[in-house]
Amino acid sequence: MADSLLSYITLAMILFSIGFLGLISRKNIFIIYMSIELMLNSINLIFVSLGRYYESIEPQVISMLIIAIAAAEAAVFLSLIVVMYRKKGTLNSDIFTVLSQKDSL
Amino acid sequence: MSNFLLVWIVLIPLLSATILGIMYLFSIKVVKIPNYFFSSLGISAPFLSFFIACYFFLQMIGNDEVFLYKAYRWLGVDGYDIDMGFMADKLSIFMVLFISFVGGLIHIYASGYMKDDKGFGKFFFYFNLFVASMLLLVLANSPIIMFIGWEGVGVCSYFLISYYYEDGANVQAGNKAFIANRVGDFGFIVALITMFYYAGSNGFDYMHIEASISSVPTSVLTFIGASLFVGAIGKSAQIPLFVWLPDAMAGPTPVSALIHAATMVTAGVYMVARFHFLYDLIPNVGLFIAYIGAFSALFAAIIATKQTDIKKILAYSTMSQLGYMFIAVGLGGYSVGIFHVFTHAFFKALLFMGAGAVIVALHHEQNIFKMGGMKHKTKLVFYTMLIATLAITGIPPFAGFFSKDEILLTAFNSGEYILWGIGVITAVMTAYYMFRMIFVVFFGSNYKENRTIHFVPKSMTNPLVVLAIGSVLAGFIGIPEVLGGHNIVGEWFSNWKHNSLHVTHNTELILMAINIFAALIGIFIAYKKFYNYDMNKVPNFTGIVWNKFYIDEIYDILVVQSIKKLSVFISFKIDVNFIDRIVMGLSRGFIRTGQYVSRMQNANTRFYAFTMLVGISAISTYLILVIR
Repeated sequence: MADSLLSYITLAMILFSIGFLGLISRKNIFIIYMSIELMLNSINLIFVSLGRYYESIEPQVISMLIIAIAAAEAAVFLSLIVVMYRKKGTLNSDIFTVLSQKDSL
Repeated sequence: MSNFLLVWIVLIPLLSATILGIMYLFSIKVVKIPNYFFSSLGISAPFLSFFIACYFFLQMIGNDEVFLYKAYRWLGVDGYDIDMGFMADKLSIFMVLFISFVGGLIHIYASGYMKDDKGFGKFFFYFNLFVASMLLLVLANSPIIMFIGWEGVGVCSYFLISYYYEDGANVQAGNKAFIANRVGDFGFIVALITMFYYAGSNGFDYMHIEASISSVPTSVLTFIGASLFVGAIGKSAQIPLFVWLPDAMAGPTPVSALIHAATMVTAGVYMVARFHFLYDLIPNVGLFIAYIGAFSALFAAIIATKQTDIKKILAYSTMSQLGYMFIAVGLGGYSVGIFHVFTHAFFKALLFMGAGAVIVALHHEQNIFKMGGMKHKTKLVFYTMLIATLAITGIPPFAGFFSKDEILLTAFNSGEYILWGIGVITAVMTAYYMFRMIFVVFFGSNYKENRTIHFVPKSMTNPLVVLAIGSVLAGFIGIPEVLGGHNIVGEWFSNWKHNSLHVTHNTELILMAINIFAALIGIFIAYKKFYNYDMNKVPNFTGIVWNKFYIDEIYDILVVQSIKKLSVFISFKIDVNFIDRIVMGLSRGFIRTGQYVSRMQNANTRFYAFTMLVGISAISTYLILVIR
């Protein structure tokens, strides 16, 4: 039982790292979004496996909540990307520096 | 009680100075105010003080009452309280009387002398401020309050010496006076601190100090006395801090009359007399003071014999007379010293004012060898100046004779025959250089006949007459008993320690005759050399005496140049190579670090995420490996 928990968590860590590396290394904003989702779901995986391990219901509830929020967030995020694409005409994330101080300087 | 009036002696000139200052600012900024508003206010202030002082003087006759008034608490730190207190005992009121009276006369004179000056109001502002400081100095009830007046006098002298500030030399003279005085003030402060530490536990006014001074060890007393005297040396222009006094003649002539003859320079003598209870306990320091005074008197007299500037002759004679005063107070004859201060105030103010009148009459010519024959041109000035010269020379019955005779008698009586001898030699030289001045300025031959004489106003000549009367009569308050007189000054200060006379009346008379003889010798030499002096003959301007023994040059090398070298060394070597490098290196380091750090904030979100990754990894590693 404990071994299977460790392997689940290892899998989650690997997924998280892949997501994080994607976040850092890719420019396309869709890929960045997918990486974020990957990281989110790796955390979800930890919740679920811990809930199974301790045989309690709260982690399962939280993971359901995270899935629901992630769905809502996906809607907002995708609409934001559409608006931003209309403004700049590109999907390169390095162009979007509106909120940085560098532009205001 | 009417003791609160004491405050007004100081406050009236101070208030008047404030009003004059505001009026002057108004006058230059808004509407020009006529001169007589300034002069009438400025002149009335010292005379009002004089009348108040007269009131206290009359109350003091016949009893030993001391008037005290505490205006308010100035400083109060845990039991050590300094009150803004005023004290009028016989010494202070005596000083106040002639300071305010002679000061007032000089104010009248100044209203004539300065009447074409554009800073007329400013001048009277400084003058009244000066009188207020001087009165505070003598009326203070504690050394700390006295120090306020002491410094006020110093700063006013600085203002007034560099009054013609357009000329750089005058400003330098003012600086010189101020710096030389600061050296003296340092000694004064050290003495104050030491005194406060050892004798200030019960209160720090004169009475408490006097009560607790006897418990202080003698070595400390010697130190206090010597340090106090350093302050007196600075203020009263004695060796070695006298260099500022001749240069101080750069100011207008009324300034020389008020500050450098009658009042400020006597502050040192007053201070020694005020601390008589201290100097009574340390006769060694007193003897030292007397020797410094004697050498200053002789030294100044020697220099004065070769000077050509009429005001500088008088400046050196002031220093010489101050030396006499220090001989007296150093040997414990405080009343004698104060008596000479009193008579000196009259005749020296008169001499300066007469010199000023001659200078004005000749369109600001100060070289006596370019004057000549002024006897017929300015008769009144000649006769009043002659009286003053006879007074300073010590010819009876003029004022200086009695006071100078008493000083020399004090020296002889104390067994200090060297001091007495120096005093007599100085008397000969005094007579010589004073009559040299009189003969060259007022007599002489071959002077330019056709020169125009500038009009000397009545406001300048009338005070001369009053002071001339004073120079004749001032001595009569101190006629020695041997002449069948009655020494009023000695009686007035009867609660001071007095040296008992142990010389016989015959000796006294012989000494007196020696003094008169000495004066006559000086006059005779001057008569031989300078009566009917050919004004076309240019005197010999070389030699060590004419160059004032190169004292200024020696001080320049010893003090000024060495400090300058040190400053240059510090500013070009230590500052540039050491301090600048540290400071500039630090700031450059900050700039460089900032440039490095600013690369982090490059608006690249993915780079931020990478930084986060590095941070998180580092913290995780730490948590896992170290904390576990």
